[in-house]
Amino acid sequence: MTATASSDTSVGGKATGQRRQGPSFLMALPAVLFFGFFALIPLGGVLAISFMEWNVLGSPSWVGLDNWDAVLTDRPFTWRALGLTVIFVVGSYLFQAPVALLLGVFMAGQQRYRALLSVLYFLPLLFSSVAVGLTFQSLFSPYYGISSALPFEWLPHDWLANPDIVMYVMIFVVGWCFVPFHALLYQAGVRQIPTDMFEAATIDGAGRVRTFFSITLPQLRYTIITSSTLMLVGSLTYFDLIFVLTGGQPQDSVRILPLDMYITGFSANNLGYASVIAVILVAIGLSMSLLLNKLSGSTKMESDKAGA
Amino acid sequence: MSRRSILQTGTASVAAASLLALTACGGSEEQAEAWILTGGGWDAIADDLERFNESSESTIDVEAIENDAYKQQIRTAVGSGDAPTMIMSWTGGALLEYVNEERVVPLDDHVGELEQRVHDSVWQNGVVEDSVYAVPLNDVQPVVLYYNQDVLDEHGLSVPETWSDMESIIDTLEGVEDVDALSVAGGSVWPALMWLQYLTDRHGGEEVFSAVVEGEEGAWDNESIIYALETMQELGESGFIDNYNAVDAAQNEDAQLLADGRAAFLLQGSWVYATINMDFPEFADSGSFGFTTFPELEEGEGDPSNVVGNPANFWSVSSDASEAEQETAFNYISEHLYNDEAVDDMLNSGSLPPLNDVEDKIAGTDAEEFLTMADDMVANANHFQLSWDQAVSPSEEQPLMDNLAAILQGNMTPQEFVEDMNSQQ
Repeated sequence: MTATASSDTSVGGKATGQRRQGPSFLMALPAVLFFGFFALIPLGGVLAISFMEWNVLGSPSWVGLDNWDAVLTDRPFTWRALGLTVIFVVGSYLFQAPVALLLGVFMAGQQRYRALLSVLYFLPLLFSSVAVGLTFQSLFSPYYGISSALPFEWLPHDWLANPDIVMYVMIFVVGWCFVPFHALLYQAGVRQIPTDMFEAATIDGAGRVRTFFSITLPQLRYTIITSSTLMLVGSLTYFDLIFVLTGGQPQDSVRILPLDMYITGFSANNLGYASVIAVILVAIGLSMSLLLNKLSGSTKMESDKAGA
Repeated sequence: MSRRSILQTGTASVAAASLLALTACGGSEEQAEAWILTGGGWDAIADDLERFNESSESTIDVEAIENDAYKQQIRTAVGSGDAPTMIMSWTGGALLEYVNEERVVPLDDHVGELEQRVHDSVWQNGVVEDSVYAVPLNDVQPVVLYYNQDVLDEHGLSVPETWSDMESIIDTLEGVEDVDALSVAGGSVWPALMWLQYLTDRHGGEEVFSAVVEGEEGAWDNESIIYALETMQELGESGFIDNYNAVDAAQNEDAQLLADGRAAFLLQGSWVYATINMDFPEFADSGSFGFTTFPELEEGEGDPSNVVGNPANFWSVSSDASEAEQETAFNYISEHLYNDEAVDDMLNSGSLPPLNDVEDKIAGTDAEEFLTMADDMVANANHFQLSWDQAVSPSEEQPLMDNLAAILQGNMTPQEFVEDMNSQQ
């Protein structure tokens, strides 16, 4: 959340700095105050606590670099959690991006029943994640879930208890929740492509697949960048469904960094360690969004609408 | 650009509104507060507080919070000096910390007749260094062995009195398809702690865990604890229901497996009695729903009358509360707690207040049979062991549950378990 918000402002700030058009800085004051109060000040607090020993109940005391040393060197789990986070982020991206793109393109078309289907695809976005979590928990139940209901012997009965598959199960469930949002972005993106481009392609003899790769995809590049940034940073800091469904178990196989931070801070009551993990997360999240901005050249983004 | 500013103004108003909301929250000065949990028998506690508010001049604001969320919020609230007037706890390590940090006040002069009415084994949990810092507020929650008589009858088995009885039942049911001996919600981990506790206690007696709580060095590395862990891993092979690590207690799947006859036994807290009556009434009324105490271990040193579970939930009074707020809380505790109406409500829902004057009232209630057994268990218990996760210091709780999960998943040996727990001390 912090990381996404900050990447937004950095883009906005650069744009106004270069062009000096539009409303005065005064207009940005509420946003800056809001951001400062709810993002920067707590961030400073977390940074300070990362140098303290604090069990929530007593009073915090300074311990210098001890927490950092302990979390980074004496605690092998930090690196495992980081590895799990990478798997989760990459896996989520590989699952969500293609599905969302294809669904979005489909939803932008004119097929029959498209509106009805779009409503169905959109539904997961409306559900609260705790409700989704509890529903999937019932679906994955070994005795009363989907595996018992369906007549397929090969279906596993321990979806959430098997350390070998639980990561993929979580990538699927989280993806299920977020694909509709990204599909919506792509749908809007496709609708913005001028129809004369498609007509021209058709006249030139391009088929559906060719049109998709030569017109739709290149025209969607800014949408792809936006959606990718949201997906990557979003899954980096993802927490709720994994917490509700697994709590990081079994064998800590899905205890990704945000979850590790929460458990360390609020279940194990070690706010010093948790703050170190939080600062690491912020650093990774910030570098990732900055890098994506740089790579995509989003600072040079320009409208490519016909006539603009 | 203009859309952006609209958005910004929008966010700013939201920010302003939430700031106002924050200040409003802090504005409840001089109003006593109590946080309770959701579900179970807590509605009855809320009703009772409501009746207190109607009859008393000063009132108590009640907020109900989900169990896990409560544990995390209360700690932050107490730590920051914003605790509710009445702090609910399970006693144990958390209460000890509150007392050491002087976050709660002694209640010795404010307990009225409660000290005489409450079973001593329960009362002692709220006593720290000869002073009362917490008083019980609801029902005593012993861990009970539930069984399905139909399953036992079908396979010619009877209710086990000793651990070897249990072992032969496990052997018999091992050969039966779609029926296992023991339902356990390993996915939730904490129900498995009950197995660890009873097995340790039956094997080595209550001294084994007392040594851990008293912080004796290396106390985890004890033959009884290792015996219990080894036995649990054996039960994981044969005894516990298939896929027990995927069974979740939050959805009462463990109770459902017993009700459906997929398992013969379920070791769970006394609150499951009410759950089964409510969620699986057909099974509860069928006459095959039974309950008994944990079997005796023949070669064990533990007293078979020992009980594990939660003695009750307890009220403490915050030292950060104003005098007026504290006075309201004292009034509630000394004048209102366990009043006749509240006690009747508890008994009628199958919950047993930890009082020595309820025996006569049990007769004639719907849950007479269960309450009589629970009352006998508690009244005759040589020792009542508080759940380990509550008894250890809060910093050990998470490692204990993580390591127990690893034991269940076969990812850790008993020796590694005790070594890691020793290193947490």
